[in-house]
Amino acid sequence: MHGFANPTRFLKLARWLTPLLLVSGMVLVAGSLWWGLFHVPPDRLMGETVRILFIHVPSAWLGMGGWSAIAISSLAYLVWKHPLAAVAARAAAVPGMVFTAVCLATGSIWGRPTWGTWWEWDGRLTSMLVLLFLYFGYIALSQAVAREGVSPKIAAIFGLVGAINIPIINRSVVWWNSLHQPASITIGKSAIDPAFLTPLLIAVLGFSLLFGGVVLARMRALLAQTQAEARLRRMALEAA
Amino acid sequence: MSSIKPKHQRLVLVSLALVAIIAAGLLAAWALRTQADYFYLPNEMMDEPPEVGRAVRLGGMVAEGSIERLPDGVTVAFVVTDQADARVPVRYAGILPDLFVENSGVVAEGSLGADGVFVADNLLAKHDENYVPRELKEMAEHQGASGPQQTVVGYE
Repeated sequence: MHGFANPTRFLKLARWLTPLLLVSGMVLVAGSLWWGLFHVPPDRLMGETVRILFIHVPSAWLGMGGWSAIAISSLAYLVWKHPLAAVAARAAAVPGMVFTAVCLATGSIWGRPTWGTWWEWDGRLTSMLVLLFLYFGYIALSQAVAREGVSPKIAAIFGLVGAINIPIINRSVVWWNSLHQPASITIGKSAIDPAFLTPLLIAVLGFSLLFGGVVLARMRALLAQTQAEARLRRMALEAA
Repeated sequence: MSSIKPKHQRLVLVSLALVAIIAAGLLAAWALRTQADYFYLPNEMMDEPPEVGRAVRLGGMVAEGSIERLPDGVTVAFVVTDQADARVPVRYAGILPDLFVENSGVVAEGSLGADGVFVADNLLAKHDENYVPRELKEMAEHQGASGPQQTVVGYE
């Protein structure tokens, strides 16, 4: 891990890993969605509505996974002071926010025909909405930090403190009576029939690869931006 | 103490801070434990009934064979039950959700009447964690997942 904290080595690796992740993710996402949308049988109760599962579940997983990435990178930044860790945390925030928003939107569309309501303030739905607001706050804070040129430590602390919401989202359907159903997939067993489970797992893998590719691409862009700014500053000094 | 590297000192400090944050989060969740419940279970409603007329939610399973349409044609009476065998009778006049079937989860919004009947003004169907294709409904019958006969009729 410490080896990849070296920006030169990281950029060399990211140059070929980014397109690889993006392309393989896109292929898997397209394949699994085509399978899930057109070739999976309707559910016994939900009928055709079950198809939203193949977008909703990967989005929920990556919405929470995005914040976990922010928290781990923030920890690495605070303890080992790797500058790349701060860049990684910043890069994961926007895709994480997008997936959280997609998760909330698809859940709402599914909830209307299934539950009979667009939105209810139950534990799972509320804690997921809190995650979306945490993303808004984190993105605003990290952009302000970059603009003012102060230490990204404050954003890293925010990333760590916000991580407390992740286990709360995960446990919300166990601790409290909720409208949202409990977890279908727990370690070693699944309440989802294989007809739905196989395309779902492929979709989760595909969206995760896509997420990884986007994070790497954003990290490269942020590093290039820092480099360009440093060069401009140097040129301005030389001209003066 | 002076021999500790700054890196390790930061690791210890961050770990302590993390433990404090997790403890605070758990305490908050524990303090919320019943306030954040989305609905009353039938046995909770029977043990500590809410005031008559207060807006609450009741959640549980629709008892088998309890759905009954009253002669006025719009009102439906049924019983909400749970694993503890508590039973709360419910009355509801309105459009039923598609997933409202016997042996399936339901959340009723309304209030408890003086006669002990819960009068609902809105019904939400609760989906369980099982996802089974329609073709496999006979297998679901053996698993006791639901009364597939009615659920399929109800859906189609």
